[in-house]
Amino acid sequence: MTVENMLVPSAAGTAAPNRYEATSETRGVRIVLIAIAVLFLALFLLLPLAAVFMEAFRGGIQAYFAAITEPDALAAIRLTLTVAAIAVPCNLIFGVAAAWAIAKFEFKGKSLLTTLIDLPFSVSPVISGLVYVLLFGAQGYFGPWLSAHGIQIAFAVPGIVLATIFVTFPFVARELIPLMQEQGTGDEEAALSLGANGWQTFLFVTLPNIKWALLYGVLLCNARAMGEFGAVAVISGKIRGLTNTMPLHVEILYNEYAFSAAFAVASLLALLALVTLAIKTFLEWRFADGIAAAGRSH
Amino acid sequence: MSGTAVMRFRQPSVLPGFGIALGFTLVYLSGIVLIPLAAMILKSAGLGWAEFWRIVGDPRTLAAIRLSFGASLLAASINAVFGVLLAWVLVRYSFPRRRLADAMIDLPFALPTAVAGIALTTLYAPNGWIGQFLATLGLKVAYTPIGIVIALTFIGLPFVVRTVEPVLREFDREAEEAAATLGATRRQTVFRVILPSLLPAILTGYALALARSIGEYGSVIFIAGNIPYVSEITPLLIVIRLEEFNYAGATAIAAVMLAISFSMLLIINLIQAWSRRRFGHDG
Repeated sequence: MTVENMLVPSAAGTAAPNRYEATSETRGVRIVLIAIAVLFLALFLLLPLAAVFMEAFRGGIQAYFAAITEPDALAAIRLTLTVAAIAVPCNLIFGVAAAWAIAKFEFKGKSLLTTLIDLPFSVSPVISGLVYVLLFGAQGYFGPWLSAHGIQIAFAVPGIVLATIFVTFPFVARELIPLMQEQGTGDEEAALSLGANGWQTFLFVTLPNIKWALLYGVLLCNARAMGEFGAVAVISGKIRGLTNTMPLHVEILYNEYAFSAAFAVASLLALLALVTLAIKTFLEWRFADGIAAAGRSH
Repeated sequence: MSGTAVMRFRQPSVLPGFGIALGFTLVYLSGIVLIPLAAMILKSAGLGWAEFWRIVGDPRTLAAIRLSFGASLLAASINAVFGVLLAWVLVRYSFPRRRLADAMIDLPFALPTAVAGIALTTLYAPNGWIGQFLATLGLKVAYTPIGIVIALTFIGLPFVVRTVEPVLREFDREAEEAAATLGATRRQTVFRVILPSLLPAILTGYALALARSIGEYGSVIFIAGNIPYVSEITPLLIVIRLEEFNYAGATAIAAVMLAISFSMLLIINLIQAWSRRRFGHDG
């Protein structure tokens, strides 16, 4: 960060003399480029965000609260929270286990395993839902057996949870693996040689070393889990009050031309996105060393 | 470590927990990702070649695939240009609220796609904030393929910025000084010294944005209009087939998309391997 600040030429051009006169653009070019960038961001990012909140409050504060406290909306909020509360811990445990195996040990097929873990990110969300319909739906491989035993997975909450786990699968693992590889095994070996057992080593040595990256991964995982639309849309069946998550509820309201209500529920999701971004930026700024993958793309 | 000719599966380590950690990883990975994907591939293989090609070769399917590809290519190209510009401005210049602007770049990752979809539709609809200005110019965006490109540009925006930013930040300023002392103009330095070494990062970001755009569903379906042969994207066609209980149709189209995704993944890995050899860093 300090290096970065040193390299940035002062746009005002008044204070400290510019160290890199020959290697920077003229003031006019700089201003034009900054203006284009700011305009692009305003047009593509700020305006949609502003539109969500403007439309949400178009009908007044009372209509807003009526829309988000209506029974179907509350059921959707409850389901979204439930799904995230199951999917995120599952991927958290998986992420830690995968990172432990991949980062702390040398074995054959490691890079293949790492590629496979990232696989869900390159699969269309619609396919992520479809695969479970093909497995657990009425015409699916396990469909007849499941219905004979009265178990419903597709078009029910378990299916939604599975699809959500699929799309958020790599988040925690991919934050932990590079960081734990960087940290090596020295700390753990020292702890073991001093008489700690495996669990103690993990809890008191490894975990403190990775806690910020873990939090970072959980944060991103949670945002995606609560906001996932495509995969959940395919497998949920969109039964109002039963298998409707918040993003699906937004879609239903919108398609019924209940625009204010749709945007009211959408504003809650937008708020979640803003809080996620704020915490993410804070973690990157305050604990940059504890997050190996900070600033890397997804 | 291993001096022997035949390497063991795992190199020895004093750390415990390898077996249980790897075992759990493999079981979980197989159960959630690999077996369901394999089942889908198996199902599409069960259709037989003739049936498979009949579904994929259907004009409506081909139109959807063409549209998904075309719109994604266009959106990724827009993002490549503006992504480099944004990364450049964010890394090299200081201006008020630069940190805020930098944090905002990730908004399309954080904002649920359905929310982005309805917000963009409202903005670009003929009576929307932006749409009404474009309407006076005779340009219709929402409910046309242009709307799809807008939505895909939105969701692909962070990829190029976030792959180019770290490379640009690490870029050795001495190369620029050397170019300048050798008499290069600033323009020559930028286009012949800096941009070529950013190329792998730009390509990686481009491919990531493209891969994401081709599979994108939530942000597109609201703004697209969803008219068959005109503005119907491939993921939507899968959903439509599924809602018609046409599982064979849905699976065959999904298999094609999966093949495209895997090719994209391969291309991204190849770019990064090339970049590592050529420039010593990932794209």
